[in-house]
Amino acid sequence: MNIENSSAIPDLDFDTPAARRGRKLRALKDKMASVGIGLGGISVIIAILLIFFYLLYEVLPMFRSAEVQPWQHNNQIVEPYALPGAGKTLYMAMEEQAEIGLRVTDQGEMVFFSTTSGDIIKRHQAQLPLNTTITSFAMVSENSRMFALGLSNGQAMVFKHTYKSTYPDGQRVILPSITFPLGEQPIDVASSPLEQLTVSGSDGSYALIGGTQGNLQAIFISQTENMFTGDVELEQSTTHLPDLGIKIKKMLLMPDLAWLFVAGENGKMAVVSLRNKDEPIITQVLNASSSKITTFDLLLGGNAILLGNAKGEVSQWFLVRDDQGQWQMTKIRSFDTGNTSVTDLAIEHRRKGFATIDTAGDLRLYNSTANANVLVKNVTQADASMITLGPRANAALIEQAGKLTLLHIDNEHPEVSWSSLWGKVWYEGYEEPSYIWQSSAANNDFEPKFSLMPLAFGTLKAAFYAMILATPLAICGAIYTAYFMVPSLRRKVKPFIELMEALPTVILGFLAGLWLAPFMEENLPGIFVTLLLLPLAVLAFAFAWAQMPKQIRWLVPDGWDALLLIPVIMLATWVSISISPSIELVLFDGNMRHWLTNDLGIAYDQRNAMVIGIAMGFAVIPTIFSITEDAIFAVPKHLSYGSLALGATPWQTLTRVVMPTASPGIFSAVMIGMGRAVGETMIVLMATGNTPIMDVNIFEGMRTLAANIAVEMPESEVGSTHYRILFLAAFVLFMFTFAVNTLAETIRQRLRNKYGSL
Amino acid sequence: MNISAKEWFKSGSPWVWMNAAAVAICIIMVVGLLGLIAVRGLSHFWPAGIVQGSYTIDAQSKTVVGEIVETNEVLTKQLLEAGIKLTTDDEFSTRHLLKVGNRDIYGSDFTWALEAFFTEQTYPEMLFTAERREWGNLYGYLRSLKQDGTEIARFDGYEKSSDYIALWSELNERLERVLQIHDDILEIEKHEIGAINYELERLRLKERGLQLDNVTDSAPFEAINQQRKVLDLAYEDLQQRLIDLYTQINRDSLTAEVAGGQVVEVQLAKIVRIFRPNDMHMGQKMIHYAAKLWEFVSDDPREANTEGGIFPAIFGTVMMVLLMSLLVTPFGVIAAVYLREYAKQGFVTRLIRIAVNNLAGVPSIVYGVFGLGFFVYFLGGNIDDLFFAAAKPAPTFGTPGLMWASLTLALLTVPVVIVATEEGLSRIPRALREGSLALGATKFETLMKVVLPMASPAMMTGVILAIARAAGEVAPLMLVGVVKLAPSLPLDGNYPFIHLDQKFMHLGFHIYDVGFQSPNVEAARPLVYATALLLVLVIALLNMSAIAIRNHLREKYKALEM
Repeated sequence: MNIENSSAIPDLDFDTPAARRGRKLRALKDKMASVGIGLGGISVIIAILLIFFYLLYEVLPMFRSAEVQPWQHNNQIVEPYALPGAGKTLYMAMEEQAEIGLRVTDQGEMVFFSTTSGDIIKRHQAQLPLNTTITSFAMVSENSRMFALGLSNGQAMVFKHTYKSTYPDGQRVILPSITFPLGEQPIDVASSPLEQLTVSGSDGSYALIGGTQGNLQAIFISQTENMFTGDVELEQSTTHLPDLGIKIKKMLLMPDLAWLFVAGENGKMAVVSLRNKDEPIITQVLNASSSKITTFDLLLGGNAILLGNAKGEVSQWFLVRDDQGQWQMTKIRSFDTGNTSVTDLAIEHRRKGFATIDTAGDLRLYNSTANANVLVKNVTQADASMITLGPRANAALIEQAGKLTLLHIDNEHPEVSWSSLWGKVWYEGYEEPSYIWQSSAANNDFEPKFSLMPLAFGTLKAAFYAMILATPLAICGAIYTAYFMVPSLRRKVKPFIELMEALPTVILGFLAGLWLAPFMEENLPGIFVTLLLLPLAVLAFAFAWAQMPKQIRWLVPDGWDALLLIPVIMLATWVSISISPSIELVLFDGNMRHWLTNDLGIAYDQRNAMVIGIAMGFAVIPTIFSITEDAIFAVPKHLSYGSLALGATPWQTLTRVVMPTASPGIFSAVMIGMGRAVGETMIVLMATGNTPIMDVNIFEGMRTLAANIAVEMPESEVGSTHYRILFLAAFVLFMFTFAVNTLAETIRQRLRNKYGSL
Repeated sequence: MNISAKEWFKSGSPWVWMNAAAVAICIIMVVGLLGLIAVRGLSHFWPAGIVQGSYTIDAQSKTVVGEIVETNEVLTKQLLEAGIKLTTDDEFSTRHLLKVGNRDIYGSDFTWALEAFFTEQTYPEMLFTAERREWGNLYGYLRSLKQDGTEIARFDGYEKSSDYIALWSELNERLERVLQIHDDILEIEKHEIGAINYELERLRLKERGLQLDNVTDSAPFEAINQQRKVLDLAYEDLQQRLIDLYTQINRDSLTAEVAGGQVVEVQLAKIVRIFRPNDMHMGQKMIHYAAKLWEFVSDDPREANTEGGIFPAIFGTVMMVLLMSLLVTPFGVIAAVYLREYAKQGFVTRLIRIAVNNLAGVPSIVYGVFGLGFFVYFLGGNIDDLFFAAAKPAPTFGTPGLMWASLTLALLTVPVVIVATEEGLSRIPRALREGSLALGATKFETLMKVVLPMASPAMMTGVILAIARAAGEVAPLMLVGVVKLAPSLPLDGNYPFIHLDQKFMHLGFHIYDVGFQSPNVEAARPLVYATALLLVLVIALLNMSAIAIRNHLREKYKALEM
């Protein structure tokens, strides 16, 4: 026992209060750090995963079905109220905010009322000529807010309901009024009472057609504003219509005033061409419906007809040009309905949609492009007689047994359905169903065409041509680098090619669009000659090299062959390009592009899939090269040594031993390269024409999902269907690349484990 | 040793050669691409000679003056078909693309000229090029100098003479003065008036904010009005100085005779640079080249980005990348440390690791869409509602800008940093950690003192790779904050100095915009090549340093591996 020793080192007391405090502090620090790093790490990972959920969050509302509820005003449900004004309802409408409604009655009364209470705001009485009654009603279109009343003396009056918002004392007050776009005087339409009437037109050119069965008269009115006085002058011309041979129930006139559609009894429909205004011709009489036609209306834009019948079937029709160039009224699609008779149909003001109400009191909402029934809901008792939609399609007014019900509709994205995104859709004005992407146009009644097919096709086409170039080059290159090249050279070549991966794609795209595309157009034959000549030149050189005396061959050690080939390849390419004009002159009469277009009928765009193939191939090569090279290099050396020792040639060893072992790795390399090609944006944006066409032709361009997002995203309205569809496109890209990469990654992991065991 | 073709094919060596050819093609492609960019980008700044000649077509002759930009061969037959009367037997004819400049006079900068019709080609020493602030280059002979509209010096010949040289040096002196005044004007307009406008806008927002808060006390409003008055006075003062400077700068003008004999008058204020390329010797050309190169990297763009420099784009890129690396480094490292050192290694961690790995392969445009939807509209919109209500309805952060662009790119590159850091951490031998722990260090201390310092080269690699990727990325930026022309830099002398809400210019987007959206693509093309070269250089440099660091790191730990 040595007491001196233990007392000589008093500093080593670990249990002083200071040391204890220090330890406590360190432990606390450690704990805090653990918590902090844990929180930080998890939150970063969550932030990354947030992308997935956010994209989904923006996409999902598109697939939510519509909802309808009673309208709420000041947090109170608006109860049904009695019809304001007297007489039978001819027509109902609402203004923009759905605050004021209009009801036109068969007594010529136009009543503006509060849609929430039914209180009358303003009343307008049409000034009918003496001893006449209203015999018919016609509407120009919902969004023109113009309508006409046909009278028993053969005259018609045209009205328009307009609204003005004013802000006295900061409160919005909407002032409704009735105006007379075609003058206050009744217009003479026919000599007989106007039992039937239709009116249409726009921009100062209108037509009214009316009369009795067998005595129909058309009157064309064109308004011209006198430039000096500002007066509006009306010019009129009249035409007598031929007997249609069917008993007329309702007539519709297209806004271009060229076609008249007539619904008759027993489900018959007649089509009258008014293209020659003096000589109307009946072009078609067809059996459009198997039962009585109950509703007959023009869809937004006036190009398509919606026909509802007593069996509850609703179908869409429009004129389609047939093989002989004749316009044929064609049934395009029928909508999924209940089997109860449709009593009334309301057209949406800004979309290709409509709502129906049937005898059972069921409200149904449809979209014609998507061919979708987005809502079915019983909203009133039976015998509902009329429905109208607000301009924003967020409100519906239903008349039922002398009462009006105001409903709130939540129907943001009816135009999206699986079939409208991925299937063929028969768009208005097209000859057949097709895949089309056209998200916007100048006019308001445009039918948006949101087919993702052409974009998905373009994406795959671009990726396909890129892969055709990149896969063989990258894999062959990797095989040589990993298996045949001398290590000293390999250490330089590999990072060099990998450096390509870091090359900004905007530079590749810019070179492809501004340099490569014109270059290829000019030297098109040369490009094809290169493809042919290059392998031949390489083989010829290789064979010649094999014939050389050893003294020369041994100057270049094994594994340096690639460098020898560089001048050969450059020479071959140079020769091909420089003989290009001569070949063009001899074979293609001086212009291969003309020859392609005129003799072969192949369209040629300057920025085409071939340019993309080369430029994007260039971008993908390093990805595939790097992973393939790793996979081949990682194959254990003793496998190939064994094979070589057994007498196999290096090539045999490579194809029979090394490649099978490395093949999963090569496959995953190709997958990852493919993922990159699919998502590449700048190259395709700059080096294709960005036209969404579906054609495999190598000489034509395409539009890819990614480029489409880059082009259209900045202009799309936040929260609109277009915006959400672009999010969907991003989501599709995300899922595709994620799935492909995961697959490749899993394969690679498995491969790694396998090598580990070898 | 002679072997037969059959035997040779059987040996498989043709296939080996084909594989070698693939490597060779890859190398040629990379070198060719870099070479193409370098040659086209760098040759732009060289003062090209101005050729003068007479162009005779259909018995009509006219003088053409310009730089030969491109020369190619066309089929004679095609020219004949186009109605050009050639009398040559050659199948091909040579033609030149001439940059004739003088866009205000001729309507376009470029014209094609067939070699056969282009005779009497000379390079007159007295021809001069004037780079202008608008309408592109002017080529011609100097004729006279005017001060306040009255002629002070004149020369009428075409040959080199001492009179001409005297006139030329007089012009140079006057141009120097004008350029000096121009700088002064720019200083006032951009900085001083810019600062006053900025202050005024801030006062307006302050006032609006007070109104929104329903402040009834009139004192703060009074103070604002007081400040506004001071600023207005300063503004008027500057305005007066500007008017003075403008009268001074507009004093001088020159007249020049352009090809075709027309004499045009040009204000010196509109001229950036004058030189006579045909009369320059090698040294002068090199100085000119250096000056142009310096202008390119240090100046603002002119003429819808097709002339001048790209400084704002370089600045914007650097600024965005720096902000991004500030964001990405800590988060990437923390996530990697968590995954490798703190999380329980199991199925979930492996799943997360694969997910993070794969996110590096998700298309960048997807990140752009996410950035626009989530950062700009959702986060930015809410920030505006909370903090910038006074500026509404104009959005402050609810619109694409520098901060959102950096954040989006940080998200895009965080997997790169995580993967690289994790690799670095996994390379550190277990024994080191255990040794530290055995000596009594806590886990955190081990991490901070032992593990992280050793992993720091790996982190650096990750960050450099992230920067390289971010610097070249354009697609997401197009959605979240890049513009073709930003009126001011995101960093300036106005409080709060860094303007995170501002839009900025970017090299990659500059290439896309000038190359594809510019009204005069032909004239802008050399500049695009030069921009591309700069971008490639920056990115190649970053990548090579990353590779060097990685190799260094591997060497370092080779010794530690037992």
